[in-house]
Amino acid sequence: MTHQRQNPIETWLRSDRMPHIWCPGCGIGTSLNCFVRAVERAAIPKDNLFVVSGIGCTGRVAGYIDVDSFHTTHGRAIPFATGLSLARPDAKVVVYSGDGDLAAIGGNHLMHAARRNVDMTVVCVNNLTYGMTGGQLTPTTPRTAVASTTPYGNYEHPFNLPQLADSCGANFVARWTVFHVRQLTRTLTKALRTKGLSFVEIISPCPTLYQRRNRLGDGTQTLEYYRDHSVVRHGANTAEVDIDFQGEITVGEFVTRERPSLRECYEARMREVLQDDFAPFGVRP
Amino acid sequence: MSVRRGVEVSIAVAEAAGFCDVDVVAAYPITPQTHIVEHLASLVADGHLDAEFVPVESEHAAMSACCGSAAAGARTFTATSSQGLALMHEVLFIAAALRLPMVMVVANRALSGPINIWNDHSDIMTERDVGWIALFAENGQEATDLVPICHRISEDPRVQLPVMLNFDGFIVSHMIEPIEQLSKEEIKTFLPDFAPVQRLDIDNPFTMGPVGMPNVYTEAKMAGEHAIRASYEPIVEIFKDFGDKFGRYYNPVESYRTDGADIIFVMMGAITETAMTWVDAQRDAGTKVGIVRFRLWRPLPADDFKKAVAGAKVLAILDRHFSPGGPGGPVAQEVKYTLYGTDNAPKIVEVVVGLGGRDVFPEDFDDIYKRAEAVLNGAPVPPFELTQVRGGHYGKI
Repeated sequence: MTHQRQNPIETWLRSDRMPHIWCPGCGIGTSLNCFVRAVERAAIPKDNLFVVSGIGCTGRVAGYIDVDSFHTTHGRAIPFATGLSLARPDAKVVVYSGDGDLAAIGGNHLMHAARRNVDMTVVCVNNLTYGMTGGQLTPTTPRTAVASTTPYGNYEHPFNLPQLADSCGANFVARWTVFHVRQLTRTLTKALRTKGLSFVEIISPCPTLYQRRNRLGDGTQTLEYYRDHSVVRHGANTAEVDIDFQGEITVGEFVTRERPSLRECYEARMREVLQDDFAPFGVRP
Repeated sequence: MSVRRGVEVSIAVAEAAGFCDVDVVAAYPITPQTHIVEHLASLVADGHLDAEFVPVESEHAAMSACCGSAAAGARTFTATSSQGLALMHEVLFIAAALRLPMVMVVANRALSGPINIWNDHSDIMTERDVGWIALFAENGQEATDLVPICHRISEDPRVQLPVMLNFDGFIVSHMIEPIEQLSKEEIKTFLPDFAPVQRLDIDNPFTMGPVGMPNVYTEAKMAGEHAIRASYEPIVEIFKDFGDKFGRYYNPVESYRTDGADIIFVMMGAITETAMTWVDAQRDAGTKVGIVRFRLWRPLPADDFKKAVAGAKVLAILDRHFSPGGPGGPVAQEVKYTLYGTDNAPKIVEVVVGLGGRDVFPEDFDDIYKRAEAVLNGAPVPPFELTQVRGGHYGKI
């Protein structure tokens, strides 16, 4: 009888939901693996972690991770998580979704959550396309890249997500690719420990749609591209970290600041106005 | 001369929209509508269609962009499903109230939750009150033919309203069917160039969508009600013109083998085709049963419907959506409204079938027929029933 070793993150997964829907070569599973290890490192108890997802391939994380999770409608993971974060100040709230969900249909919410500096970690797996619906153009698709709705290449300016999160005021902004598993795990650990909003962008392949349609090879070749074209620049000016089609990818921890979070701002103002009459939520007599 | 060929319905519908020479397509990806707009994006990119394709960031933006382009006087097309249609909700009222002609294809799909990408009619039925003209196609040929018909209805100077064309997601949208596609030239003989009655024009400035205070709001609503009710005549006329030109005649309400039928099944969409197969077998066995279906849903063709079911003793109404805690399914509600107070009104057996992609088989019609037959034989009319539930029906779950 052969001895079967358990996958180290098995206890964090709902194995009854396996096999998962992600394609061979997809990076979402890798990102989830890093995330779970980061949760362990940050020593967040399983009962104290909420994972909220929107719609899309990355949105399936909420169904596969064995913690309290919520799979919201398309784009609305952040508002849901905002309510959750305010109602449960003791818990760690994580939004885990894709670029289509967080930057397109839910883009407005990302801006406002960063502006308010809500206590949450936003993990954005950016595969540069809408994977689940067939590879359409998203607001992060690099210029000239082919998508099903831009058969001759994208002509729109894409979002630079770290700059968006930074300029709106997020406390922590970083980016890695799914090639950088160790760095990503470290950064996610830091993000989970950050007060206020932490935003981690994870560049990930969609071999079935983005890579294939653009003739960029399979998942492995994409990881080689990430290895060869990523440049680590901690503290880089986020205005300079745009991603061009198959160009250099700037990775690293770009922003660390200590702006008070939404909750801290709320409590400070209420205490200023109401003084002793103010009782923070959750500790009322 | 149009050729009959095997093609995916979504592609045929997109081709039809292309042949209608639409000017603006604004859409957001959502299953199962996606193939339609993807194909339109290719037609635009390949230069086969001189149009603007706007890959917007949400359906709310898609419908808003459509309102903008229609207001500018462009022939406008979009497509969506389910959550996408729900996200458009507030803008749908505005498109209708501002009398903005446009055509939207809705590949019908269930609404969350739980998340479900498969077919039923909960998306469109929760948008009944938005003021759009709404039609249901049962197969690919009909869906494809209705695209130019919808544009013509929408742009008719007597109508000037947005039109929603519904067909069942996956079951129709992803089916490869033999379709006789009208050519661009043929469509041109049927669909004149868009000549908007009013459009935003810097030389003749006016405002669209200002505040309607209580002193005008009611009148504005009344005007909208007049407009959609008055669209019935032009719709029938356009259906007839299409039939005269191309040989395929469509009616607001269709009847199938209803002669002398004691029991008539009432439904919409693709399950009608399954029902037709079932009815053929029943008729061969001597059972007096027929089908009536709504093709036109808004404006509700009440008089056509009354005529179509005249003589029936029991109607078995199949809904693909229901109002939780409310009066059952929407088709049944509206049929009851239509027949209330009429002499010799048939009794009504209501069932909800095919929710969230659950298949409806001929055997399901046997089951429903038995209930209708019991009522025909004097049994009391049962409350609406959610059928196909594992472990039992309504009340016994």
